[in-house]
Amino acid sequence: MTVIDESRRASDGDIALFDEAEITPRTNTPENGDTIVGTRRVLRRATLDERFNIVGALVAAIALATLLFGWFTPMTGVVGWAVVAFVSFIGFYSLLVSLRSDGQEVRDRIMTVLLVSSGVVLFSALIFVVAYTLVRAKDALPHLNFFTQTMELAGPLDPLSMGGIVHAIIGTLIQISIALAITIPLGITTAVFLNEIGGRFARFVRTISDAMTALPSIVAGLFVYAAIVQLITHQRSGFAAAMAITVMMLPIVIRASDVVLRLVPGNLREASYALGTTRWRTVWHVVLPTARSGLVTAVILGTARGIGETSPVLLTSGITAVTNLNPFSGPMISLPLQVFDFVKSPEPSMIARGFGTAAVLLLLVVLLFAVARVIGGRGPGHLSDRQRRRVAAASSADLERMADARAAAPPSRALAAEPATSAPPRPAHAADSAPDSDPTSEPENLPKEPSQ
Amino acid sequence: MAVIDERRSLVSRPSRADSVFKTVTFLAGATTVGIMLMVGLFLSLRAGDALSVAGPSFLFEQQWSPETGVFGIGAILLGTFTIAIIAMVVAVPLALGTALLISEVVGGRLRGFLVSLVDLMAAVPSVVYGLWGLFFLQANVIPVSQWISTYFGWIPIFRVADASGDVLTDASAFTSSAFIAGIVVGLMVVPTQTSIMREAFSQAPVGEREAALALGSTRWGMIREVVLPFGRGGIIGGTMLGLGRALGETIAVYMIISPIFTINWQVLKTGTNSVSALIALRYGEASEFGLSALMAAGLVLFVITLIVNFTASSIVARSRSGAESG
Repeated sequence: MTVIDESRRASDGDIALFDEAEITPRTNTPENGDTIVGTRRVLRRATLDERFNIVGALVAAIALATLLFGWFTPMTGVVGWAVVAFVSFIGFYSLLVSLRSDGQEVRDRIMTVLLVSSGVVLFSALIFVVAYTLVRAKDALPHLNFFTQTMELAGPLDPLSMGGIVHAIIGTLIQISIALAITIPLGITTAVFLNEIGGRFARFVRTISDAMTALPSIVAGLFVYAAIVQLITHQRSGFAAAMAITVMMLPIVIRASDVVLRLVPGNLREASYALGTTRWRTVWHVVLPTARSGLVTAVILGTARGIGETSPVLLTSGITAVTNLNPFSGPMISLPLQVFDFVKSPEPSMIARGFGTAAVLLLLVVLLFAVARVIGGRGPGHLSDRQRRRVAAASSADLERMADARAAAPPSRALAAEPATSAPPRPAHAADSAPDSDPTSEPENLPKEPSQ
Repeated sequence: MAVIDERRSLVSRPSRADSVFKTVTFLAGATTVGIMLMVGLFLSLRAGDALSVAGPSFLFEQQWSPETGVFGIGAILLGTFTIAIIAMVVAVPLALGTALLISEVVGGRLRGFLVSLVDLMAAVPSVVYGLWGLFFLQANVIPVSQWISTYFGWIPIFRVADASGDVLTDASAFTSSAFIAGIVVGLMVVPTQTSIMREAFSQAPVGEREAALALGSTRWGMIREVVLPFGRGGIIGGTMLGLGRALGETIAVYMIISPIFTINWQVLKTGTNSVSALIALRYGEASEFGLSALMAAGLVLFVITLIVNFTASSIVARSRSGAESG
């Protein structure tokens, strides 16, 4: 049994490395000797002087702008006030800084203020866009019927306690499901083709799919309208809308999956090939599982984009107020199109419904995005603690199985039966003599792989 | 002692699973290319009818009545570019500043949060931006438009006047303008531009940054001398990719503008048009030939965005390959 313990420690690089690190740390702090070490200073904190400069300039700017607006000059308007306050803030701040510093420093401070303020403007504008939609949606969302009824019996003049958007929610789900059923296999297989097969045709495919990301969404809709709605189905349908969404999503998914697959470390592939696996098995058992989280993220982000596409759907799906479960016949509305349709009406209740629908759509996108973040937070090869433990357990189980097999049969047979996914087995003595010779067994090496 | 065998052939014969795998992936790639070429070919073929009738005047004509054979996208193309350029004027400074802020000024957890926020904003559906532009921005930006036209009216594009040349100051003359649509589209493309620029800036070599700081440069000095020259490709590429999206944007523009078919140089004045809004507006009532004319308009838009995108990605790629030597 001691043989098994030895080999387990050596071949499971993760655990072995951890143990070694505890015994002899790679870096260590030198002994202080007699030197007295003071308390640690925070290096990045602003001094009182600097903080006063900011606050003082801000107060002065607000005061000046308020004085100009309303007392000294006939200027009016919130926007004008903000602009005057900002410009005078920059002026006061540079004056205050220049009291103590040279021109270089003043320029640095002003540029920092400009960068921060551009960030503040951008993020507050974007957050405001989202918050505005959510706030305006508060009239429609509290009505439960908004999520359970259709607009079949509700006219424009009916109150918000009648009618809902369940037909649009169902339509969106059906359309995005059809689009995903085509996009996921086709997109990921194409990305695999680009990365694993390669060659001149693959470069051509990559160029074409990059070109396709430039396709304006309305042109994709127009194509489907003319090619499918007019020539084949002769009516607008959920299927046609799904096709339009597919044309939009496919290049996004291919591009994102391509990037993810490119990040799979080459030494994992080489290790797999060195064990004698075929290309197909390498892709299925090594490349795709390694890139799984990234691929899921790519698909989810593509879905978020596809759900929000309005213009291709506008041309292809048709507008209806009833639930339509059949994607092949009759119009089938989706959430973004329903928003568009609601706000075309001048009635306040319809506009409130439009904002409510937009809020539902927005929350759906945010939800998808959050899921993508949780799944795809790590790059390929980075494992969570639980996954790490599971991999370690699987490989030690493999080792025990191998040892049992080795006891029963000639060693060469036992090695050949090993699946390609687990860590490459090595004889214990080879690992002992050169513990750092095999970089593939160190998970810490993976993120440092050069990525293109 | 060693017996030398015959020389072994080093060419491997793929197993059956491998050849199936190769065929399947090849077919997937071919299908993708097939779909995409079909879009291009179909557009070109269908657009051919209209283009052969209109000839080169298609690019300059200011009317849209395919039924009488007089149609062209002169005013529409100009409107598309006007909206896109206004969007760029709004977006590029914000994107540049925010990208530098994220990559150079903030750090730690806040940086990760802001990066996620930018990515999330890129996924917000355009109809949401359209709603905001229609119901909030429209009303609140008109005083700004009036102010600009009052004080900068001597610049021709900021002048708001009717056909006889009288200056208009009424608020109704400023609604649904290219200016408002441009602001909304600008906000929509900022996240895309920011994330491309930030990526380029964050790849600026650490050694050169530290060298600049060690020579006594301030942070802004370091940014100007190291980060900006290094990220120039990212700035241009990100700007152009955003431009490509701005040119093709439909719904937000369609919701805001009031469509006209004559050239309007006064960006603050009511009425403009864009190719995508034209398609969304006219596809429903279009005859067979009218649809072909819309296809031609769509094809021109596609060719323009294609050129813009390819130029952008080649600039980004070139700047990145130069980065590796640094």
